[in-house]
Order: sequence, then structure tokens, then C-alpha cells
Amino acid sequence: MRNVKYLLLGTLFGIILCKVQAVSWWRMQEMFRFDGFYMYGLFVTAIPTGMLSVWLIKKFNIKTADGEPIIIPKKKFNWGYVIGGFLFGIGWAFSGACPGPLLALIGAGKFVVVVVFISALLGTLVYSWLRPRLPH
Amino acid sequence: MPQTNQMIEILKQSWPWYVGGVLIGLMVPALLIAGNKTFGVSASLRDICAACIPAKIPFLDYDWKKESWNLFFAFGIVIGGFIGGYLLGDPQPEKISSATIHALEQNGMHFNKGFVPDDIFNWPYLATLPGFIIIVIGGFLVGFGTRYAGGCTSGHGIMGLSTFQWPSLIAVASFFIGGIISATWLLPFILNLGK
Repeated sequence: MRNVKYLLLGTLFGIILCKVQAVSWWRMQEMFRFDGFYMYGLFVTAIPTGMLSVWLIKKFNIKTADGEPIIIPKKKFNWGYVIGGFLFGIGWAFSGACPGPLLALIGAGKFVVVVVFISALLGTLVYSWLRPRLPH
Repeated sequence: MPQTNQMIEILKQSWPWYVGGVLIGLMVPALLIAGNKTFGVSASLRDICAACIPAKIPFLDYDWKKESWNLFFAFGIVIGGFIGGYLLGDPQPEKISSATIHALEQNGMHFNKGFVPDDIFNWPYLATLPGFIIIVIGGFLVGFGTRYAGGCTSGHGIMGLSTFQWPSLIAVASFFIGGIISATWLLPFILNLGK
């Protein structure tokens, strides 16, 4: 089972999200209202950690566990980043959760969040269907 | 055994942001080294749609089984939520700024521990207009918006910014513009609908 490692990494990520309160609806309100530093503290430590790791991977030419070279795909700008990003931001402040925390909250036993999750799936489906007609 | 109890008490505590931030950042190299996977969660929503919807929608017509690592990762997050948020859930409430709590109280809400407000996340409230907008429309926008934007807080905010991709910076700025408007003006308006 090649995918077990992703299950374990996901489990670890879910534990982290709960233990750092990144799943908290209250924390999101605090962040968007600029009333506290906590969430920004998470970002300003997570991003440099990621940057440093990627730099080390490149510098020492670190390979994947299977010995393949590591490839980071480039993101190409389109207007969906702005329009979709804005719409996501509105939903994020309402529901207090982005996709990762949504999953963690369901695991934590917040069952009404299942409705948020199903609604998110519906949103993904409607986007997929409307995609040819949306500006990008 | 008192020692075991003490251990569990320690495990239940929340972690400071600088520990959590470093651990979240380490997800980036962990997934790259595990198998060239780029850290992100919202793509798993697309995979679930592709797996469940047989309709011919070009954007969902791809071999989702090749991306099945996403689904294992997503399911892992649910398990992690059970361990970190339920079994080892912090009995202490989050230390939220009093300004935020005060502002929410002015809109009729009551602060409670346990991540989500009991005032909103309950079944009867879901049947009200504000509840429907916050839970259903909110969730819809999370799914619609992240796919339209090609990523969420993990994919753009952590992975994209860690790899110096300027389109991700634009995406994250857009997330925050939407979120600030939503939290500051839309949410208070919606909470007071029908009052």
C-alpha cells in the first residue's frame, strides 16, 4: 500500500491543525479582524520553514523516497486566483474553516461541519460545471 | 497511574504558534520527499467529485485514481482531527482576543470552547436564514472559490509562498480581502438577519 504514508502524514497534519487551533472559528474571526497575532504567527513560521526546506532540498539535491528528482510545478497566473480567491475568502470567514480544518473538525466530532463539507463539494461541482463560462 | 494521567494532561494542551507553524511548514518537504507531492488539501474535493459524479464534465473527467494520495491524505486529516481534537482535545478554551469576543457578543453570540461556536453550529440554527447562509453558502464558497483559485490556504498560502510563486501571493491577498470584508461587515449583517 503505497498510499499509507499519505494517510499517516494526513493524520499528523490533522493533529497539528487541532493542536495549533488552526481549526478554530474564533481564531479566524480574530485573524480577519486583526485583533490578534496568533494566526499570523503560524503563517510567519510555517512559510519560512517551507522555504528553508525547499532551499535545502535544492541545495543538496535531495531525492524522493523512491530516488526520483523532486519537481515543484510552477503555478501560472489566471484571473481565477483573484475572483475565486475573493469568493473563498468570504466563505472562509463565514464557516471559519478552509478545506483542511473542515476535515479535522469532522474528525473532532463537530457533526454540523459535515454540512459545510458537503456544501464545499457542491461548490466544487458547480465550479467544474461552470468553468468553461467563467473568466480565467 | 498518576504519571499516565499527567502525560495525558500534557498531550491535551494546545501548542504555541511557533511550534505549530514550524510543523505545518515541514509538511511541504515531507510530502515532496514522500513522493513528489505538492502540499494542498482542496484538490481532494475535486477528486471526490470526479470519483462520485459520472456526468460528463470535462474538468472532472480525468483519472482521479492517479491522484488518490489526496484522498488518503484527506482521510488522514479526519483521523488526525479525531485524535488531536477529540481524544486529546484541549479542555481549555482558545485564548481569543477580548476585542473579537466583544464584537461577536454585540451581534448576539456567546463565546464557548471547542473550536466552533455552539450558537451557529447546531441543527436548528441551520434551518434559519443566517444559519443557512453561514453554513451552506459559506461551505459552497469554500469549495467553489478554492477550485476557481486553484488552491487553498495550504496549496497557495504555505506551498505556493514557500516556493516563491507570485501567483500564490496574489491568491492569498485575494483570500484575505474576501475574508476581511466577510468577517468585518458581511458576518455581523447576516447574524442580525431576521432579528
